[in-house]
Amino acid sequence: MIRLKPGQRHTVTLTVNEKTLSGTAEPRTLLTDFLRHELKLFGTHVGCEHGVCGACTVMVDGRAVRSCMQLAVECEGATVRTVEGLAPVGALNVLQRAFNRHHALQCGFCTAGILMSATDFLAAHPDPSEDEVKDMLSGHICRCTGYYPIVAAILDAAGEMRAANPASHPTKKETAP
Amino acid sequence: MKPVAFEYCRPETVAEALSLLQEFGSDASVLAGGMSLGAMLNMRLVRPAAVVDIKRVAGLDAVTINSRGETRTGATLRQAAALANRDLMQAVPLLALALPSVGHYQTRNRGTLGGSVAHADPSSEIPLALTTLGGAIELQSKRGGKRRVAAEEFFRDILTTSREPDELLVALIWPGRKPEAGYAFAEIAQRHGDFAIVACAAEAVLKPDGSLASLGFGLGGVESRPLVANTAAFVGKRADAGLAAQIALTTAKAVSPMSDFKATADYRRALIEALGTQVLTQAFERAGKSST
Repeated sequence: MIRLKPGQRHTVTLTVNEKTLSGTAEPRTLLTDFLRHELKLFGTHVGCEHGVCGACTVMVDGRAVRSCMQLAVECEGATVRTVEGLAPVGALNVLQRAFNRHHALQCGFCTAGILMSATDFLAAHPDPSEDEVKDMLSGHICRCTGYYPIVAAILDAAGEMRAANPASHPTKKETAP
Repeated sequence: MKPVAFEYCRPETVAEALSLLQEFGSDASVLAGGMSLGAMLNMRLVRPAAVVDIKRVAGLDAVTINSRGETRTGATLRQAAALANRDLMQAVPLLALALPSVGHYQTRNRGTLGGSVAHADPSSEIPLALTTLGGAIELQSKRGGKRRVAAEEFFRDILTTSREPDELLVALIWPGRKPEAGYAFAEIAQRHGDFAIVACAAEAVLKPDGSLASLGFGLGGVESRPLVANTAAFVGKRADAGLAAQIALTTAKAVSPMSDFKATADYRRALIEALGTQVLTQAFERAGKSST
């Protein structure tokens, strides 16, 4: 059993974007703040800090989750992927290019979170319907563009990914009978 | 909006978790997915001395379905994992219908069934489904061992349950699917995934002649805890849209809905009537058919 005293900093080690990174955190430090202040990964944004806006969404152990509603110490040993891990510096991946093409962002504040949700979502749902994309996107708030360009970008990227990898099949699709 | 300083404890067994709860009592907050607790910590609505993270307790997310179809879901089973578990979704159809309305894709990836029940928000879908089906909550403490509490007894008030401070919610017990039963669920919220203003859930069993044999009709978001309507007077009547409307109207008149910034009590009554009629009609139609 692990017990970490309040008010003291403890070492936290994560695999972030395929690199092993360590920093220190108090028990109460949020994963968002640990990524930004300790690991200097400022791509993950802080919005509402109560799980509603989606700006802070990152992937933890392969699933898109709110980084503002988990503690850094809770994630000890986890594999984390942030927006910085989507493509090498100066390059854009398929999904990011589709956002660019469809003008799916203006100020960009919500974009990092949406990209991480969509990355998880498209891995699980390679051929989503528009309604499925909208349902996933309901977990994010964008105050600039309206959501249609974002939906279009995600559907377009899904098509491009399928064309590049025709063998891909859904593996962890959320399904109700 | 940052949490107060607290001790972080990560037990690996139920026994270790129970020792911590005995040590800290009501000064401990149990952390499973953290989709409600995280927000409350950040806003300092809770100021625990210790956070007991049960996420890595081995086996606490297990799903077991016995020969009678009674299903036990461990406290840390995530909502997304539940949705992806075909056996579970077939064993508890009402849960399958309710889960897509729980939060969002991203919060279902982390949020748990047990956490939602322990949190006891009156508009939550999982507590509503469990109460409507007549399910139970399994609690465990070092002091008293295990006990089962019926959902109707468990939920006491807004964010208040009959769990004692040294008790851990270890599992939810879902009664077996009734043969020939029809299930339906619907809610109205300001946005999909937001808190339900009114949620309606139904489990209807019909006799071969089309009359009502039994009915569980649950309401969320209406009073301070999930409600099950008293529908005894309608058993034996012909289960059709007319009866559905009659039950919904009677129920809307019988309850004492809350008024808040989202809706007045009168608006909630109107929703119970409209949404209730729709949900009950759907449950009646589905009863006797194998599809849902």
